[in-house]
Amino acid sequence: MLQLERKKEENKDILRLIGEVDASNSILLDQSMQEILEQGATVLLIDGTELVYISSAGLGVFMSYLDDFSERGIRFAIFGLNEQVNEVFKILGLDRLIAIVPDLSTATRLTHES
Amino acid sequence: MSHKLNLSCCTSALVELRSFLQSSLKAYGFSEMERHQVTLAVEEVCANLIIHSHACNPNELISLELKDLNKKLAIEITDKGDAFNLLEYEVPELTQVIGEKRKGGIGILLVKKIMDEIEFESKNGENTCRLIKKFPDANRP
Repeated sequence: MLQLERKKEENKDILRLIGEVDASNSILLDQSMQEILEQGATVLLIDGTELVYISSAGLGVFMSYLDDFSERGIRFAIFGLNEQVNEVFKILGLDRLIAIVPDLSTATRLTHES
Repeated sequence: MSHKLNLSCCTSALVELRSFLQSSLKAYGFSEMERHQVTLAVEEVCANLIIHSHACNPNELISLELKDLNKKLAIEITDKGDAFNLLEYEVPELTQVIGEKRKGGIGILLVKKIMDEIEFESKNGENTCRLIKKFPDANRP
């Protein structure tokens, strides 16, 4: 089960992932990211506090946008990942390509600075 | 001790696969982190078979069996479809995946990084992929 919640705080679009992302529902994550970008987001933060599982289908969605983000100057970060999910990003070396930070305040600071 | 599961070839069955693995892996003394990773590796192989070898046909089945091989656990994934030999699959570079904006191709990379050994055989139209993880005790010197 995956639930997606969107909210806007000042200039930040925050997408909260609740549950599990796998091959059956990664399309929902893709659609949400697409919508947020179409509406002209400049800072996109993924709230992973309640993300309990993500397979390559979900990771692939993030990866497919990385070029877009850098071309369009969109600042992107993921925060709040639990230990297990965080390790999955590390196994693939995605932590070197995506800003993965502990919490919202660190993500906010980072995306303001860059 | 043996655990078995027959999985229907649709992606909505993946949640059932995860709950089966989470409870079965506990019995072998794996840590929470190891259970999470082994579950992910097995799911990646099954998702690949479901989508690419079986075109998400829910009438087709994949069989799973967990086998205790003394110092290690083998997870046997058997299907009757077009053989997908992940040992021969060339894992893409991350930068290549990003550049091509393809939303796949990294699952097998996860499997190769997580499992200790991978075996594959195909005979009489039946394919078996064997994912092997050493038991926590066997990791100690």
